[in-house]
Amino acid sequence: MKPTQFDYVRPDSLDEALSALAETDDAKVLAGGQSLVPALNMRLLRPSTLVDINRVPELDNVTRGSTSSLVVGARVRQSDPRLNAHLVLAAVLPHVGHTVTRNRGTVCGSIAHADTAAELPLALLACDGTAVVASARGRREISAEELFLGPYTTALARDELLVESVWPELREGDGFAFEEFAQRGGDYALCMVAARVRGTELRVVVGAVAPVPTVLTVDADSPGESAVAQVEPWGSVHGSPEYFRQLVRVLVDRTVVRAKEQAA
Amino acid sequence: MGAKAASEPWVGRPLLRLEDEALLRGEGRFVDDLDPVANARHAAVLRSPFAHANIRRLDPTPALDLPGVVGVLTGADVVELSRPFPAGIDSPTPHYAAAHEVTRYVGEPVAVVVARDRYVAEDALELVDVQYEPLEPVLDAEVAVSSEACASDRSFHYGDVDSALARADLVVRERFRSARWSCTPVECYGVVADWSEAERSLTAWANFQGPFTLHSVAAGALGLPGSKLRLLTPPDSGGSFGIKSAVFAYVVLMGLASRKLGVPVRWIEDRLEHLAASSSSSGRLTHVEAGFTSAGELLALRYDAIEDVGAYVRAPEPATLYRMHGSLAGAYRVQNVAARNRVVLTNTMPSGLNRGFGGPQLYLALERTMTIAANRLGLDPADLRRRNLIRAADFPYRTPSGALYDSGDYGSCLDDALTLAQYDERRAEAEAARAEGRLVGVGMACVVEPSISNMGYITLAEPGEERGLPKSGNAEGCTIAISALGGITVHTATTPQGQGHRTVIAQVVADRLAVEPSDVDVLTEVDTATSPWTIASGNYSSRFSGVGVGAAAAAAERLSEKITAIRAHLGDGSASLRRIAGTVHWNPEALPPGMEPGLAVTAYYAAPNLLPPDADDKVASSGAHGFVADVAVVEVDRDTGEVTVLDYVTVHDAGRLLNPLLAEGQVRGGLAHGVGAALFERHVYDEDGNLLTGSFMDYLAPTAPDLPEPRIAHRESPSPFLPLGAKGLGEGTTMSVPAAIANAIADALGRDDVEPPFTPGRVWELLRQ
Amino acid sequence: MIAVDVIVNQRRYREEVEPRLLLSDFLRHRLGLTGTHVGCEHGVCGACTVRLDGAAVRSCLLLAAQVDGSEIVTVEGLAGGGALTPLQEAFHRHHALQCGFCTPGILIAAEDLLARDLPPTREQIVDMLSGQLCRCTGYTAIVDAIAEVAGA
Repeated sequence: MKPTQFDYVRPDSLDEALSALAETDDAKVLAGGQSLVPALNMRLLRPSTLVDINRVPELDNVTRGSTSSLVVGARVRQSDPRLNAHLVLAAVLPHVGHTVTRNRGTVCGSIAHADTAAELPLALLACDGTAVVASARGRREISAEELFLGPYTTALARDELLVESVWPELREGDGFAFEEFAQRGGDYALCMVAARVRGTELRVVVGAVAPVPTVLTVDADSPGESAVAQVEPWGSVHGSPEYFRQLVRVLVDRTVVRAKEQAA
Repeated sequence: MGAKAASEPWVGRPLLRLEDEALLRGEGRFVDDLDPVANARHAAVLRSPFAHANIRRLDPTPALDLPGVVGVLTGADVVELSRPFPAGIDSPTPHYAAAHEVTRYVGEPVAVVVARDRYVAEDALELVDVQYEPLEPVLDAEVAVSSEACASDRSFHYGDVDSALARADLVVRERFRSARWSCTPVECYGVVADWSEAERSLTAWANFQGPFTLHSVAAGALGLPGSKLRLLTPPDSGGSFGIKSAVFAYVVLMGLASRKLGVPVRWIEDRLEHLAASSSSSGRLTHVEAGFTSAGELLALRYDAIEDVGAYVRAPEPATLYRMHGSLAGAYRVQNVAARNRVVLTNTMPSGLNRGFGGPQLYLALERTMTIAANRLGLDPADLRRRNLIRAADFPYRTPSGALYDSGDYGSCLDDALTLAQYDERRAEAEAARAEGRLVGVGMACVVEPSISNMGYITLAEPGEERGLPKSGNAEGCTIAISALGGITVHTATTPQGQGHRTVIAQVVADRLAVEPSDVDVLTEVDTATSPWTIASGNYSSRFSGVGVGAAAAAAERLSEKITAIRAHLGDGSASLRRIAGTVHWNPEALPPGMEPGLAVTAYYAAPNLLPPDADDKVASSGAHGFVADVAVVEVDRDTGEVTVLDYVTVHDAGRLLNPLLAEGQVRGGLAHGVGAALFERHVYDEDGNLLTGSFMDYLAPTAPDLPEPRIAHRESPSPFLPLGAKGLGEGTTMSVPAAIANAIADALGRDDVEPPFTPGRVWELLRQ
Repeated sequence: MIAVDVIVNQRRYREEVEPRLLLSDFLRHRLGLTGTHVGCEHGVCGACTVRLDGAAVRSCLLLAAQVDGSEIVTVEGLAGGGALTPLQEAFHRHHALQCGFCTPGILIAAEDLLARDLPPTREQIVDMLSGQLCRCTGYTAIVDAIAEVAGA
């Protein structure tokens, strides 16, 4: 289990990083590496170049956004205590991997990796968050709703780097709950659900049971049942499609109840 | 540990381990930490991506062009340079160290690339030009049993099962399935192989664990006399639990690579290779017929077992089916027992030793049957068992299939477990919880834990007239040498992988030589050229505390007698060990007349109660028999199928405990593996024979939050047959836990068709039916 | 080749590495620090855990090229040549290791946890151990050993 050969570039500035990405067709960005390097070791990925952004100074910021939001730079680790200021991140991060992998894994890296069974993409969508991406061509924002296109696939162009994720704060009176079902502590979820109650609005997002984290329109009176009709999970070694539907039913009900309690 | 009274022996005390400090400092020496021979090149193995396929073409030439590549060994080379592995029964298809022309499981080696380093070797693997023609795989043992894939079919009869079933008030007829799973040691296999053309011999270092019968198997495949396969094990091995026995096949494969390419070859298995192609438990489907009186007396037991051993019968298979042969009746007095054993090949990884080895499969069937019978008779499962348990006064007890149970008080152990678990209260609570709609259940298992396997039991797989020379091997060896300055060095062939053999042997030797355990250096590296080993040596069937310790005690006693005689001859009763040793080394003239010079003893010890199988197919399959009584309380989440173990109680009687601290560690470790098999672990293949659990992301081994906190108690009924009265205890809970948890889940769900592993997805499928 | 200038267990090493060389292989086979073990190379088992600039990380998921300019502590660096650390002593007393293969990674991960501002609770210790696979002990003794040092 050893990676194929690749070139290694370690830029010291964002501009250098973006030029490196512009110069190669099949470069991969190396941030925390907690998903990328296993895939390299298994030779599932064979990039020609790795662009290691861990020394880019601009990317280590955690700042307050212009609106009420937390802006998290691309190098910020999942264990970074500055993230606990954000209630959604504080709720979700303990479920992301393990203590040791959070020391290295980054928030933005997990989002850019776009594994539907990972917590952070779902959380960004639950918050109605945004990804800020940059390339040598310029900078743009992509809403979470438009970011995730498929398993491990995002709307980022090949030369773009996810430089920041923007996490809107919960508002006074909002209720939020997150639940995941995994077979062991720290495993990828078999199913996970985040629910946000804001006034009469109910925002429910499911992950791991659809190709991308997905916003569902749920009936407030029978949230779980209405959610099930909107997912078409595939079976796996861990359960049948019916089982995954059941998890959606149960977790949506549980999160909605909890989110409503919080809002009350 | 600190001071002790002068008269108090070291054995029996919870001495802290002598092994620990090196391991804690990172100074352990595992196989990949060694550079035992200069200029070893690194191997990577090309493996079949198909469960069953013809190899139409295999051309290594493109790989040879890659800079850094030394060469390639192909399946064709393997067939030319070696012989098929011998096994306990004839295999329908010859088993070589690599596939040639036909591959039979995903992960089967088809070639070995040797290169400058592992990175380049893996690069070169991708360049080997192979063309496969996929064939239909055989994956369902139940289907395969009626084809040529059935490699063995033997039936055994003890007593009169038919008449007993005919007079039974209740006959339970059920089928039970044990999944394939593996203990997955955290360290994978490793081999360094160095062929000498001049000597026509292979020297190999491998984290092998025995049984050393497999040394003969490897030498046979290489076409070498045993003396020409010098096998060495490193001082440390990162867990095994049976699994590393099968590294022998890679000793042969890498030996052939070294021979063909003329360089020493190092191969360190990676985790993906390990999960696909190292070893695992057998799978077993057992049909049980069990007859009971209305009062709950078990009158007769009949098993019909279909054993899935994977793609080849790889030695020591089909031993999983026979290891428990003497204990087919478990802990019960039933006299009428029959078994039909069929061994079936499927296009999956070959099976082999795995903690519990046959016990989990047997007891899932037997202990589920006992609980089912109790429920159908309206009896408490504990009462039904108590009625049938072998009584304390009956020991030593000969089972109908030939085992000699040495000692025990099964009823008291069960009572201890019930008391500790507050069984009656828990049963009442579970019933009350169920009345409220919760799914809470209580289960139990009573298992006899055999230890010290009789290597002869495997010959039962052949009819009596085909068994060849009688076999009953189980002996272990030990050498103790005292240096001129009085330093004590023990050399054991028990090949530990973490069980603390150094510590226990030091305790045993210290008692006999009147020194401190810290004065005793114990070497656990085995070198088949120099170590005191036998065909049965190694670390399996929980044999250390019986025969491993037996050999150390015998050597120490003989050394002690010699020292005593010298002391007497010198006329100085208080002469120090150092003085005695100096005298022996420097001045043999001073020894008693006729005494052999030297202060070293090699002793061998074999259990005194093991014979080859007899003409009636009875066999004392093990030298000692402990007992385990467990109670499990579980709750099933109706919504998700998730199982929570609310309480787990296990009471053991493994005879005398040599070191209670280490005994506790073995019980906890065995229990963790049992919980893994009960709740998480299973090798899953799809309908094409692709392995779906090929990484640690999908093969789920339990981690700290996933295990219950067991409550453990002991009784000590010393074995009258063994020198220290100690029996094995490393496997009992791996045998008992799946059955106890299955019984608890059946109780919680109110149904009998439950089958481990109880992953939430599988449990929920039961709930929705 | 990439130049790597790194301090490991207070000793400075200057090496040239191929970009793809994993840190675990660099430590074990280039520097000879074989106390760091490799159990899965996909980040699940935790046997290869080392401290990189203070944080416990998986060395199988890092490239050697990445640690240029960093400071690393491996299991060999915990006690150095001196007495065992309190955590190592606690592992010994509690029989928290059997084969010892997973132990270096667990010690390193636990040292990181114990170095934080607040001592971990027993629950946090168990949670941390969800990332460290041990197949010998059943974990209880490991939790007990870490908890003793944490005062939990």
